[in-house]
Amino acid sequence: MSHALPPQQDRNLRVGLIAAAVALAMLGLGYAAVPLYRMFCQVTGFGGTTMRSETGIAPGAVVGKLINVRFDANVAPSLPWSFAPEKRVARVAIGARNMAFFTATNLSDHPITGTASFNVTPELAGAYFTKIQCFCFTSQTLKPGETIRMPVIYYVDPAILKDKEAGKFNEITLSYTFFPDKSAVDSERAGG
Amino acid sequence: MSDITATASHFQAHEDHGHHDADHKPAFFQRWFMSTNHKDIGTLYLIFAIVAGIIGGAISGLMRAELAEPGIQYLQVWTKLMGGAPDFDTALHMWNVLITAHGLIMVFFMVMPAIIGGFGNWFVPIMIGAPDMAFPRMNNISFWLLIPAFSLLLGSAFFSGGTGHGAGTGWTVYAPLSTSGSAGASVDMAILSLHLAGASSILGAVNFITTIFNMRAPGMTLHKMPLFVWSVLVTAFLLLLSLPVLAAAITMLLTDRNFGTTFYDASGGGDPVLYQHLFWFFGHPEVYIMILPGFGIISQIVSTFSKKPVFGYLGMAYAMVAIGVVGFVVWAHHMFTTGMSVDTKMYFTAATMVIAVPTGIKIFSWIATMWGGSITFKTPMLWAIGFIFLFTVGGVTGVVLANGGVDNYMHDTYYVVAHFHYVLSLGAVFSLFAAFYYWFGKMTGRMYNEFLGQVHFWLFFVGVNVLFFPMHFLGLDGMPRRIPDYPDAFQHWNSIATHGYEIMAFSMIFFFINVFWSMFAGKKAEGNYWGEGATTLEWTLSSPPPYHQFEQLPHIGDDHSH
Repeated sequence: MSHALPPQQDRNLRVGLIAAAVALAMLGLGYAAVPLYRMFCQVTGFGGTTMRSETGIAPGAVVGKLINVRFDANVAPSLPWSFAPEKRVARVAIGARNMAFFTATNLSDHPITGTASFNVTPELAGAYFTKIQCFCFTSQTLKPGETIRMPVIYYVDPAILKDKEAGKFNEITLSYTFFPDKSAVDSERAGG
Repeated sequence: MSDITATASHFQAHEDHGHHDADHKPAFFQRWFMSTNHKDIGTLYLIFAIVAGIIGGAISGLMRAELAEPGIQYLQVWTKLMGGAPDFDTALHMWNVLITAHGLIMVFFMVMPAIIGGFGNWFVPIMIGAPDMAFPRMNNISFWLLIPAFSLLLGSAFFSGGTGHGAGTGWTVYAPLSTSGSAGASVDMAILSLHLAGASSILGAVNFITTIFNMRAPGMTLHKMPLFVWSVLVTAFLLLLSLPVLAAAITMLLTDRNFGTTFYDASGGGDPVLYQHLFWFFGHPEVYIMILPGFGIISQIVSTFSKKPVFGYLGMAYAMVAIGVVGFVVWAHHMFTTGMSVDTKMYFTAATMVIAVPTGIKIFSWIATMWGGSITFKTPMLWAIGFIFLFTVGGVTGVVLANGGVDNYMHDTYYVVAHFHYVLSLGAVFSLFAAFYYWFGKMTGRMYNEFLGQVHFWLFFVGVNVLFFPMHFLGLDGMPRRIPDYPDAFQHWNSIATHGYEIMAFSMIFFFINVFWSMFAGKKAEGNYWGEGATTLEWTLSSPPPYHQFEQLPHIGDDHSH
């Protein structure tokens, strides 16, 4: 088809199509930003994203270096649960393996699946707050009236002491918010 | 597309025999509703921009009226007029609707259509010696996409936007306010409006890039192109690279709102801050999209009225390229308060300040162009000098705000409002008026009235400074933007700012009288009514130019100056 066009229009069509392709590529990049941003946060701890331990081994306590870890628990208004930490603050050794417990109760008369989102503040501490095990890695299903204790096993990476900003922190707040699990809501509806 | 050339030669044949082209224009409906002629489409864009500017300007008048005194005076009345509930929350929502509409209209439906669609369409093909744009029919689509886009935005005022009628999200449409915070059809309509306006601009950008790369007359090398063409070329690239990212970002808003996705919703693993990153990756280049063509216009005008070629032509051209490139890596300076590390803030502060360097090159080159020139202070030159002065003021406050530490205090205050109105409302708009007076005779064939033009300039200049300069003081004192009420302590400067708006609005009467009077009774314009300083190709043609120009392509010699 293009051979029928005069040379000027042929050239115009080529440049025009290249430009349009660039625009389409940028549109694709806009969408690619979603997984890229998530990866970026997971790798760098950007926005208070916590790290996840692959080995499950804590590096061991650094003598004399303590830090406060404060626990914060929230529930989305659409989820009829109660959710709270058993201890508000823990004073822990940096590098040591620690465990904290949270309790959640389903206040409704039907089983509900919830999933927790999490981050730490100050946001810069995200890169140094490493979880070995967490209830937030999977969704939780609670029967009507059921109460469960959920553990979090974590350590504060001693590398934080070398960070020129985060090294000065004396308290890190770990915050969770429970939301209804959207995919589970759909399957529960379909099942029941 | 193939019949365009045939039609063009048909018209040109008559032109060559000394007939005037007027008889050979298509009939009214074909000419204005099915137009593929770059000059007619440019005219349509300019008319559209003037209409949108009147609406957007009237909305800012409503806002200044409300802000003239502390307390809520008029919002509830206007809410009732629009058919909303007369309670306090709905009235405050009305305020959000007004600021949103003012921002979106001025950015997408006034400045961009006027400066790129209007003057770009009119003069880019002529300045490079081309008969028309590369894709005339796509040009037509670009313009006509704006009509449904604008209708959707205006129509959104009559649908529910959550707390009241209309989209009250701010022009930035941040999630979660724009997702879970604004139920109802209104925000969907506003987002769709942005999609259409964006598609229009992307098509326009493809058209300009192709035209400038492929359609230059023999001898018109890239380094001989007038600076206005350079500015539109850089702008077109910015549009091409940034607008699709906005399109992706707001499409995700739409699916979050309507189809249960959670791109910006923490409950599903999303992050609202991602929206801010995507928005400002578009939003920062967007501010250069609005100002770069203005830079080009000012270069042409300063050179014409100084009767000298532009000082440092290559530096001027590549300064715009540099501004465009660096403009893509500074976006997070709009987000200094979202919890970035000090190192990140340092990078974005430094990168932002780097932009002051090419911008300074441009300011000093304009001054050097005037230096030793034989200057005449006609209306376009007054607007151009006004632009240089006011844009520099806005640039200086921009350097202040670029500091991450300072911005912690200034963020979302009236200081920011003052800053971006000095660079846009006074920068981009002054360049628009400069271009309008500069090319009015060329476009219409009749000269504007010099006296009315100068009265318009001086009143407007005084008005906008009285309007926007006090906002610096209000911002430094901590008055937050986007709030319709304030403590009594802020009343003094707020009432002065409102008087400034009145002066500015009064000056527009002279503008409209001038336009209508000159269009019908103005002195007939010669081909080159500015004389020896005007050296670009549009001045080699009659005023107005023939319906189809350059059937015989002009040849640009080596001695051609810019």
